[in-house]
Amino acid sequence: MIQRNLPVLIPLVFLFASLVVSGFGIWKRQLAYPVALFATALAFGVALFGLQHVLTVGSISYRLGGWSPPIGIEYVLDPLAAFFTVVIVGIALLVLLHARIVVERELPERSVAYYAVSMLFLTGLSGIIITGDLFNLYVFVEIASLSGYALVAVGEKQAPVAAFRYLLVGTIGASFYLLGLCFIYLESGSLNMADVAKILPALHSKPTVVVGVLLIVVGMGIKMALFPMHGWLPDAYTYAASTSSALLAPIGTKVAAYVLVRVLFFGFGVEYVRTELPIADVISWLSAAGIIFGSVMAMAQLEMKRMLAYSSIAQIGYVGLGIGLASPLGFIGAVLHVLNHALMKSCLFLVAANVRTSIGHSTIPSFDDSLRRQMPWTMAAFSVAALSMIGIPPMAGFFSKWYLALAGIEQSQWVFVAVILASSLLNAVYFFRVWERVYLRRPVEKHPVVHSESRIESREVRPSMLVPTTVLAIGILAMGLLNALVVELIIRKAIPPGL
Amino acid sequence: MIDFVIGHYGYWFVIALLTIGLWGMLAKKNLVKKLIGMNIFQASVIMFYIASTTKWNATVPIIDPAVGSADATHYINPLPHTLMLTAIVVSVATTGVAFALLIMIYRRFKTLDEPTLLERMK
Repeated sequence: MIQRNLPVLIPLVFLFASLVVSGFGIWKRQLAYPVALFATALAFGVALFGLQHVLTVGSISYRLGGWSPPIGIEYVLDPLAAFFTVVIVGIALLVLLHARIVVERELPERSVAYYAVSMLFLTGLSGIIITGDLFNLYVFVEIASLSGYALVAVGEKQAPVAAFRYLLVGTIGASFYLLGLCFIYLESGSLNMADVAKILPALHSKPTVVVGVLLIVVGMGIKMALFPMHGWLPDAYTYAASTSSALLAPIGTKVAAYVLVRVLFFGFGVEYVRTELPIADVISWLSAAGIIFGSVMAMAQLEMKRMLAYSSIAQIGYVGLGIGLASPLGFIGAVLHVLNHALMKSCLFLVAANVRTSIGHSTIPSFDDSLRRQMPWTMAAFSVAALSMIGIPPMAGFFSKWYLALAGIEQSQWVFVAVILASSLLNAVYFFRVWERVYLRRPVEKHPVVHSESRIESREVRPSMLVPTTVLAIGILAMGLLNALVVELIIRKAIPPGL
Repeated sequence: MIDFVIGHYGYWFVIALLTIGLWGMLAKKNLVKKLIGMNIFQASVIMFYIASTTKWNATVPIIDPAVGSADATHYINPLPHTLMLTAIVVSVATTGVAFALLIMIYRRFKTLDEPTLLERMK
């Protein structure tokens, strides 16, 4: 019985949690955090159960309110959706475990509202993944975006300005999606994704459908920060509170990439986006440009969070490249990179949060090797994640790049192979800048007193912050070693029909 | 040609609104004016749905004994209207969040003019 309701349970848990968190928070402020954490853990359990069920038994379709599709709204948990929910809720769980001290330190007065909003954010994200209805998707996109603006707005002094800009650009993106949806609806007369996929092939050459597809791709491209529509991202991720960046960066843009996969491959059909209207080509070229642009810009940044934000633009480029190649290998690479990048980027943002908590800032030029002595575990986690970002073999990041490069070779797209290689080198440059300072540079002594090893006291962060960071680092290693398992058992089953 | 222009007059208004909204968001220096642009932009999308669903010689989607229920073409499709109710709610919520942000910005920087704001953010 519960299996049939699995799709709706995940967004529902978060939705109720956001209400309960604010309710309990009014009564006792300390209760907000445990409730939010419990709800996320519960949702993670449900998501894992869902994944296991989907892989063994098959996809689950849930009819909201008992109306059968295509009239009613349908929620679908298929292998792709189940995989994405597990990734997103899992990362959110680790980030929330880490959040307590950072939130207490950075936003002491607003912790209740903060947890309530992050629950709403997760409602939106999990809803986007699970819904099978195109308009319902828009509503969830807006739920996630509105709470995302709020998550960005609490933070440093400049954060509201970054959030306002994000709001304007994000609203343009969502409105473009809505406008495109209108064209699709006018032609097909349906909003259910599976139904639209059946109706559209007969209407492919119509200009209205072409315009609709283009508007939807542009709208989601903005949400996904696909180059050159990435302008909102660096400021938003830099000025947001550390926990918000760790929550938004790994999973926020990925969900927009998921929508692109869903709509392009499952809604419009693979053949259409590959040959009739070569939108896939456009996406892959833009992504390739974004990979180079993001990596080069990341090299120029002096602030760690800002560097990571630019590197996010590059990394979402890998996902876009895999989508744009529109081949099984490209798809595997893109989906695997969503998982890998979620692990790496959340780990790196948690490291940035740890550094900020411990020494109060995260400006790269002022790092020196006292950081390594004071925070050995955090810096070890940083090294693992950074090695993975560059793509050193046993780490997870190598394998998704490997699949993407294979996909590029398979289609003789040598430019993309070159871009992937070049970007790895650029990644090495900007991470080596940090390593060089953290591991090799002697601290500049303000008072030239006798320097002895024993005097350096540990400034490592508390276990509740350290454990999620190291778990993510171990996860990167584990995913690297187990990637064949993930690909064979899950991602291959999620490959859309016709790819 | 003339028929095409006149026959689609609703859409021309939508396009005009869309352009005005986008221009307001991109070109105006004042953040409140940007927000107004955003609202116009969202309204134009809503109008587009409404305009696209209009039908000549059709009535509200409540079964009228005089028209009967056999031929659905005599009724306007109600779905875009209901969708737009949701979109209006979303747009109101977005405006609310935007105003909250504007208040925060004004309290911190004492200005809503973008060039001055960028100056003071440094």
